[in-house]
Amino acid sequence: MRKQRVTQQAIVFAIFVVLFAIFALFLPGFFSAPNMLALLQNVAFLGILGLGMALVVISRGIDISMIAALAVPPGLVLQMVQNGYGPTISVVAAFALVIVFGLVNGWLVAYAEVPSLFTTLASGLFLAGLGQVAFFQLDVVQWPAALDGLGWFGRGGILGVPMPVVMFGIAAAIVALFLRQTRIGAYIYALGDNPFGARTTGIPTRPIILLQYVLAALIAAFAGFVMAASINSMPTRVFNSTMIYDVILVVVLGGIGLSGGRGGVPNVIIGTLLIGTMLNGMTILDFSYSAQNLVKGVVLLVAILADSFLNPRNEETAQQGDI
Amino acid sequence: MSDTLTRLRYKYWPDHLLGEILSKRWTETGVPVIVLLIVGFVLSRLLDGFFAPAILADTARQASEIGFIVFGMALVMIVGGIDLSVGSMFALTNFFALYLMHVLAWPVAAAVPATLVFGAALGAVNGILVGFFRLRAFITTLITLIIYRAVYDLLIFDYSTQIAGGFPDSKVWDFLGTGELYGIPTVAFVYVALAIFGHVFLTRLRPGWHITAIGGSRRSAYNSGIAVRRTITMCYVASGMLSALGGVFFASRLATVGGDIGVGLEVLVLTAAVLGGISLGGGNGSVTKAVVGTLIVLLITNSLVSLSVPGGVNRMVLAGILLLAAVIDIRWLKNRHRIISKVYVAPNYHDMPELPSTAPDSGTAWAQNDKLRNVSAIGLGEIEAPEDVILDRHDNLYAGSRHGDIIRFFPPDYKRHEVYAHIGGQPLGMAFDREDNLYVCIGGMGLYRITPDRKVEKATDETNRSWNSVTDDSRLRLADDLDIADDGRIFFSEATVRYEMHEWPVDGLEARGNGRIICYDPKTNSTHTAVRGLKFPNGICIAGDGQSIFFAETFGCSVKRYWFDGPKKGKVEMVMENLPGYPDNINISSDGHYWLAMVGMRCPALDLAWRMPGFRKRMAKRVPVDEWLFPNINTGCVIKFNEKGEVLESLWDLGGVNHPMITSMREHKGYLYLGGILNNRIGRYKLEGADPNFVQYDLRWGKLS
Repeated sequence: MRKQRVTQQAIVFAIFVVLFAIFALFLPGFFSAPNMLALLQNVAFLGILGLGMALVVISRGIDISMIAALAVPPGLVLQMVQNGYGPTISVVAAFALVIVFGLVNGWLVAYAEVPSLFTTLASGLFLAGLGQVAFFQLDVVQWPAALDGLGWFGRGGILGVPMPVVMFGIAAAIVALFLRQTRIGAYIYALGDNPFGARTTGIPTRPIILLQYVLAALIAAFAGFVMAASINSMPTRVFNSTMIYDVILVVVLGGIGLSGGRGGVPNVIIGTLLIGTMLNGMTILDFSYSAQNLVKGVVLLVAILADSFLNPRNEETAQQGDI
Repeated sequence: MSDTLTRLRYKYWPDHLLGEILSKRWTETGVPVIVLLIVGFVLSRLLDGFFAPAILADTARQASEIGFIVFGMALVMIVGGIDLSVGSMFALTNFFALYLMHVLAWPVAAAVPATLVFGAALGAVNGILVGFFRLRAFITTLITLIIYRAVYDLLIFDYSTQIAGGFPDSKVWDFLGTGELYGIPTVAFVYVALAIFGHVFLTRLRPGWHITAIGGSRRSAYNSGIAVRRTITMCYVASGMLSALGGVFFASRLATVGGDIGVGLEVLVLTAAVLGGISLGGGNGSVTKAVVGTLIVLLITNSLVSLSVPGGVNRMVLAGILLLAAVIDIRWLKNRHRIISKVYVAPNYHDMPELPSTAPDSGTAWAQNDKLRNVSAIGLGEIEAPEDVILDRHDNLYAGSRHGDIIRFFPPDYKRHEVYAHIGGQPLGMAFDREDNLYVCIGGMGLYRITPDRKVEKATDETNRSWNSVTDDSRLRLADDLDIADDGRIFFSEATVRYEMHEWPVDGLEARGNGRIICYDPKTNSTHTAVRGLKFPNGICIAGDGQSIFFAETFGCSVKRYWFDGPKKGKVEMVMENLPGYPDNINISSDGHYWLAMVGMRCPALDLAWRMPGFRKRMAKRVPVDEWLFPNINTGCVIKFNEKGEVLESLWDLGGVNHPMITSMREHKGYLYLGGILNNRIGRYKLEGADPNFVQYDLRWGKLS
């Protein structure tokens, strides 16, 4: 098993290198400093989201409400500050929203036993609708001047590295530590390997699933905040985009099997690099949005086909109704 | 006084119906129907003109178009998957139909089938990926949703002006979209026809059953030989085709290729399906559920639109309903059995007169003795559960076994044995007919026949369904004992219609008349129910007059007589009541009387419990079966009685040292052979003074020539 995982990782990395080399050689303007910076910056948000998704996917879940969690709470902060509330109270309100959202997701998956894809599909829709109805006056919420004190989250850089990339690095380090060095991290892997086995050995599986969805929502909101700071606004219609598939692509292509229990932060980084390069290349090639979606869709389909061959579902621990 | 009240309450209040109704699958559809009625009522109050004919016709069009897609989703969900790409397939097939009609100017007769085939092809992509490559349905169809949507967006970018410019001059095409008959839109007729076909398909046709079976348990379906992969694939193909059907009608109605067609449709359709009660994860769904779910969702979304709420509210409401319905559905499915088992058992009031004495010094024929203590054992440890024993005219001894075999022991010493025939189930009562066919009652299967050349044939496994019974009583669950009349008609008892074979103690706990006597006529191969409402009818024996049967009611502690012919035809009379034990099989004896086996003896504590239905219900809920109050089955007892119902003698094995729980006995050539359903032996008791040449079937059918 170990050998196989390393191979997949290596293959994806090799594809990345080849793709990067081809683009660099044949695409004018690809291997330029501004484009490289833009690429890294765009990729950073995807990468942060991928970390959250990885946390959930490792224990056989999936969270497609992450884009709603990315857009709505940071948007709420921006909107509240615009409307004259203090930054602190705004951040606290958004934080509370994220926690509640994660808890509801987790409760539905862990305790009500609704399949995770289904839960997060509906809950994401709900949160996006809530934002549309109750929070935002315009589709794009501008970054208010009163919040400029927090702008360093997404602007500038350290030693020439753009801030979002630094944030990605920090988040990656924390998640890696969490997954590999803490007991709960080990439990998450156990849960993904065999949920029934994990429960039988006395691991508190339900609270851990709850925690995962809360963490995923928090990470998504963090990514959203960094994004808002970096582009100086929060385009809340991002929920309608296909960004969540980019995130799933990052995770699956990186080698974190949807059947759970495998992979980690390095896989997210490799997946992020590949997807970032691909998206950036397609943008430079002037693919339309729809054409990009088409390519992404086909690549994702091939990826999960390959995934289902490399990491076949465990029939013994697969559940009835596991769709 | 309070005793009388209890008696009346349990006599007239049908406790047993609640559990029976709940365990019917159609009750699950009842909840969405009630929700639909409530929603309709509330909306008609809230909105003026909600049920105006024009609005209604418009709703019917929408409901039908979306309803087709819900059917597709329902099919895929029943087979255990999900199809999120329906919205994109709907948009793409809508485009395709319009392209054929407006740009290529095909005739309707070609364009519509072509669109349906195109839809089927789109569905086939999903089907092959999910069915044959075993990808996850949710994620796969999520990706095809993106791909199809991207293709649609690319296509309308190129062709939308062309489509808007063309005008197909076809009356048929317009009739599809906007035509109506008697004020009912065309599409609604198609929808109703499809719904009726779908219902028949799912509930009456083989492929429909296969679909439900795969959704219920994929592995079991595979093991029973169903083509799992192909069936799953075909469901996705059907989903694509049904989306195309919706697309065709939508295209002919509106002729538009706007960018937002079909966006978010999958959530609407999914909500409709889940709200109707079609379970995520498969195996549970019906056309009615799909229709009801569609109507509820459309009523709600349409009323939201006419209340002109912002789009976000629409999203929130849909998502909220979807999650709520999913949670309720999942919880219900998980706890259904627990809830039903809690309410299904419904003990009845059962008053027994005082227990007659069987003490050794009681001076009656019941006086206990130890005559059966030292019977010799046949097949000790080699046979399990010989409920009934029987001997043919060649002195061979037959007995059923727990494994579904009929074992034959050979005379004279009955030391050798062989498996005479294998039937399955649990063989219970047995009888030979005039042609030496061995008829056997099989618990869980029905009435079977073994011909003299050992061929096993099913005689009957169903009878007429009684119109006032909630549970389906047409199937035989626990055929128990039988005897054959002179004209060949077979009378057999079915102990209970409410429980399976292994649940017989629960039926005893209820002490309600759940059993019946059934008549099977081999000449016409027909079956009908003769007597109903008996308390665990058990042993059956043709009386000496050839016009009536004696039968034992085990939990009624009585023996009754039923006339199937002659002047008293149809009457039931009590022969012996208030027996000190629970009677089982009845057979004739050499001196013209009848042997009766006692499966267990009564005890005062249980007699008291019979009068306390509430107590028995609590016992059933809270105490495991092995710790329930039971009859005393640790005593063996056989009695002989005459036609007047007088007990002539009794044979006992007190404490059940050798023969506890005797369920059957046969007299043959001066010996009495004893069977017991929990025993590992057949007893052989020498009868003093009995006719040493007595052979039951010589007496019944005449000596062999």
